[in-house]
Amino acid sequence: MTQLIWNGLFVGSFYALIALGYSMVYGIIKLLNFAHGDIYMLGAFVGFAMLTSVGVIPASMSITALLIVLLLCMIVTGGIGVGIEYLAYRPLRNSPRLAVLITAVGASFTLEYGVSAVAGPNPKVFPVRLEGDSFTVLGARISVPQLVLMVIAVVLMWGLNSYIQRTSMGRAMRAIALDTKGALLMGINVNKVITWTFFIGSALAGAAGVMAGAYYGKIDFLMGFIIGLKAFTAAVIGGIGNIKGAMLGGLLLGLLEAFGSQWLGGQWRDVFTFGVLIAFLTLKPTGLLGERVTERV
Amino acid sequence: MSDNVDATRAPRRIGKPASRISRLFESRQLGWAAFVIAVLFPFVLASNYAMSIGTTAVIFILLASGLNIVVGYCGLLDLGYIAFMAVGAYTSGIVSKAWDLPILFTIPAVLVMCIMAGLIIGGPTLRLRSDYLAIVTLGFGEIIRLTANNLAITGGPSGIYGIPGVSLFSLDLSGPVPFYYFCVVVVALMVLGSARLGRSRLGRAWRFVREDEDAAEAMGIHTYKVKLAAYIFGAIWGGLGGVLFAAHLSAISPQSFVFLQSALVLMAVVLGGMGNTRGVVVGAVVISLLPEFLRDMGNLRYVIFGVVLVAVMVLRPQGFWPSRAYEPEKPVGDADDAGPAPGAPVTTAKGMTP
Repeated sequence: MTQLIWNGLFVGSFYALIALGYSMVYGIIKLLNFAHGDIYMLGAFVGFAMLTSVGVIPASMSITALLIVLLLCMIVTGGIGVGIEYLAYRPLRNSPRLAVLITAVGASFTLEYGVSAVAGPNPKVFPVRLEGDSFTVLGARISVPQLVLMVIAVVLMWGLNSYIQRTSMGRAMRAIALDTKGALLMGINVNKVITWTFFIGSALAGAAGVMAGAYYGKIDFLMGFIIGLKAFTAAVIGGIGNIKGAMLGGLLLGLLEAFGSQWLGGQWRDVFTFGVLIAFLTLKPTGLLGERVTERV
Repeated sequence: MSDNVDATRAPRRIGKPASRISRLFESRQLGWAAFVIAVLFPFVLASNYAMSIGTTAVIFILLASGLNIVVGYCGLLDLGYIAFMAVGAYTSGIVSKAWDLPILFTIPAVLVMCIMAGLIIGGPTLRLRSDYLAIVTLGFGEIIRLTANNLAITGGPSGIYGIPGVSLFSLDLSGPVPFYYFCVVVVALMVLGSARLGRSRLGRAWRFVREDEDAAEAMGIHTYKVKLAAYIFGAIWGGLGGVLFAAHLSAISPQSFVFLQSALVLMAVVLGGMGNTRGVVVGAVVISLLPEFLRDMGNLRYVIFGVVLVAVMVLRPQGFWPSRAYEPEKPVGDADDAGPAPGAPVTTAKGMTP
């Protein structure tokens, strides 16, 4: 039981990291960034490329190396996210929703098969594998790498939350989410803020990608597809557009999934998750922490 | 097929009259011309390989014209369209194998299953914003594929094989060339049907919902019912595509119904020109035949597809051959208006576009 809860929370923290990017972008420009899951995949591959180019890394250094690569990857994937926004989404800022959604699918397609064309379609083994002792707390086996990754995830989420709550850029983001036109009239450089939002969201997804690569040890070019869907589910559960909701939703989805796959068997895990998504959209489309938004005509 | 001159929309064209070429492209005989080309194809190339490619392309046209009802007419993005094809293919495969039925007799069961799937998935989500629908359909596509992969009745990962070919009365149509002709006839009728639907009262309601849902509702259109109707028609077209697919390959497995396939059908609709049946047919032929010519490019061809999809949306959002109603009007003296994209209301009175 405690083991299930711990596993759920661990997987959930990955979902939460990716869901944050979904939720931030959606909150600010009401865009479902389908390519977001692929940014996660890209993060794993960029980390893979960096680590293999360095060569053999001694096991004692693996955590340090991983942290450095994590930071570099966040910068790279953040840059790529900004590039996608600039090339694909910005020209369509005022277009109908259908056009933007199709563009997002196209961007996701380009990333997936671009990576497969460059790195090859076969799964790759991640060069750094986190290994460590495990200890037992209340009957749950917790390994050191899990704990390290969890701490990284929590630090990133805490950092993001204080960034959004305390800095002027964060205030600008919240203002744009409330009323874009009003924010523009108040002298906020909307384009700059949107660029930053994409940078931060993509950087978080990239960090999750590197962490997943280091933990699971295997990466492939379609790994972002399912997890992107799940992160979206997490964002919906928490209330899309809500930062704390995305974190809560991610953890909750991790827990639900752990119990669901225990109950139905592992091969039904993804079916269960998407069932949860559909159920949530039917019963409570605003999510747990989302506010009811009446669309003005 | 249809001429897309819709009396209810975009009234008189301002500007110069249609050129000879565009009149040629809008002539009523064009559908017949396409049909004749499809009929004559086996006389040019009748190898088994060519027939197989041709049949696949024809089935792909059926799928694209079905997705066109959902995406093109009604403006709802469906990213799991291949799931309906999976429902159709699996239903006909299971039913025909279990009771030893000819495959055409499974069509009622397929229709029932597809309508049910459309209701289950569309019912809850069509009340929500359209982008939720997109992602739910994506999840639905995965649910269907994973379920087929996990259940025993669908044969698990190895799928169902030994599905009988098509036979009509005592006529055996399962050979490559007869089956090709069978597909051409069925698909031609279905494409005609979707074009006619687009011009019906319901089709006009779909376009109205696509252009402006609130205005449509204010005019007394029950938008939810109308959207659900589009979704269910799309499901039926997809399901029948699945039946043809099962009869064509005689074996189906979950690998045939991955997201990539949904994306390719969507691409055919988008590139061809959403809402214009002719454009969609051409788009479907191009998308289904292009991989044959680009075979040695490997995965790079999908990269090109993705880039083209983004580029089309940014540069020519109405697709290569849009229906007349989609063509953006030249903004008069309004330089900063970049011209409406698909779905943007085309109004003649300036200042009415939001």
